[in-house]
Amino acid sequence: MRDETIKIAWKSVTKSFGRKTVLEGLDLVAYEGRSLVIIGGSGTGKSVTIKLALGLLRPDSGSVEIDGEAVEYGRENDPGVQQIGMLFQSGALFDSLSVWENVSFRLLHAEHVKKGEAKERAIAALDQVDLEADIADRRPAELSGGMQRRVALARAVVGKPNILFFDEPTTGLDPVTADLINQLIVRQVKTLGATAVTITHDMASMRAIADEVAMIRDGNILWHGDLEGVDSCENPTVCDFVAGRYSPEG
Amino acid sequence: MSLPNPFRATGRGVLALMRSAGAITLFAAAAVFAMVRPPYFLGQLLSQIWRIGFLSLPVVGLTAIFTGGALALNIYTGGSRFNAESFVPNIVALGIVRELGPVIAALMLAGRVSAGIAAEIGAMRATEQIDALHTLSTDPMRYLIAPRVLAGVLVLPILVAIANVIGVLGGFAVSTTSLGFDGAIYVQNTVDILTRWDVVSGLIKATVFGFLLTVMGCYHGYNAAGGAQGVGRATTNAVVGAAVLIFAANFLLTSWFV
Repeated sequence: MRDETIKIAWKSVTKSFGRKTVLEGLDLVAYEGRSLVIIGGSGTGKSVTIKLALGLLRPDSGSVEIDGEAVEYGRENDPGVQQIGMLFQSGALFDSLSVWENVSFRLLHAEHVKKGEAKERAIAALDQVDLEADIADRRPAELSGGMQRRVALARAVVGKPNILFFDEPTTGLDPVTADLINQLIVRQVKTLGATAVTITHDMASMRAIADEVAMIRDGNILWHGDLEGVDSCENPTVCDFVAGRYSPEG
Repeated sequence: MSLPNPFRATGRGVLALMRSAGAITLFAAAAVFAMVRPPYFLGQLLSQIWRIGFLSLPVVGLTAIFTGGALALNIYTGGSRFNAESFVPNIVALGIVRELGPVIAALMLAGRVSAGIAAEIGAMRATEQIDALHTLSTDPMRYLIAPRVLAGVLVLPILVAIANVIGVLGGFAVSTTSLGFDGAIYVQNTVDILTRWDVVSGLIKATVFGFLLTVMGCYHGYNAAGGAQGVGRATTNAVVGAAVLIFAANFLLTSWFV
């Protein structure tokens, strides 16, 4: 039976940058234990939607709630952040640290886990994303783009979060590596029983990851429904977008 | 009625300058707050002391020795016009310790350190590494900014003390080899002229300059926007801003100390 408990709620969120309004009264919910994929054209505010939920941006009006609690801006010291894992589009690995130090960053600096144990847990997390232990002491720059993305995924899941955000997880990867990343994401989300929110332009990725799909247009949600609804063309604009068909209406 | 364009442009410029000054002041206050509140990232601090301090030694040392030598030559040439050549050791020592040592070292570090910090933190901003720190329950102000600013404050006085010694030695080398000064008398005159306050005031200046040049690097890097071009702009602004602030602070501190 489907869990209808709301995990994350964006409530009438408005966000502008200068004169450009990106989100205009956006309402959206992510249900507990389900995987929501947000799609939409470039510059429609998909990344902003995630960054608001992470407390990296402050909404001009409205609010984002996780488990009914409003997300505070700049809340890195809030224990609530520790239940969140985030995979950034570029990986956002720290160049100056080794792979295992990247993966165990939160364990070392926020949870104050001892170095030896942190390294063991980092290697276990690398194993979960099909990476060998022998890359643990390498620097991120020595790895391929696909491996860097997997290291970033290991970093996102090492603390066993119950919410996972993925920002364009397959952008810039070849189709085979992209498929591997999709499979790893699905496996990790299932293993952790986490609520996942992914933004992507990659329709193969959407089909692999999503339980539900939401499309953003003109600063708000144009359509939100189950993955099956995308294929049955419940909304023609969504249908065109997913099929990659140009539509003069956007 | 709208103002004529030159006034409007000047007003806009002044407002932008004041906005920047306010933002930098708030950022500096946040950096100080982050320095005194745990958690402390000792590994980061030691790494920055190494990078800002030890790795800057060659450039600071070379600059100091050439400045000391050139200063001796200029004072000798100028002093010979009114039979004051014998003051070379005194003026070189005072000039280096009170003024040139701190200012030259700080300017070299504005080029080397402020630019490096702005580029590094700017690149971290562009590649979302700073956002990643937030999501990993780590405050970037404490992890990135505080160790750099603290390292600048701790290391600059040491670098300036070394620059002072090397600068005076530069003057000594030129004076004894080219200008006919006796080495023992040169050293005696140098020691006699310097007071403890001369040395301490120079080191206080160095501490202030260390704070300013690291804050400027951190501020411009942290607020970099617009990809590679933004990082380049941040680097330029950090160096120019740090240099201007060093000169302004030098004037204020000198007026206060004399």
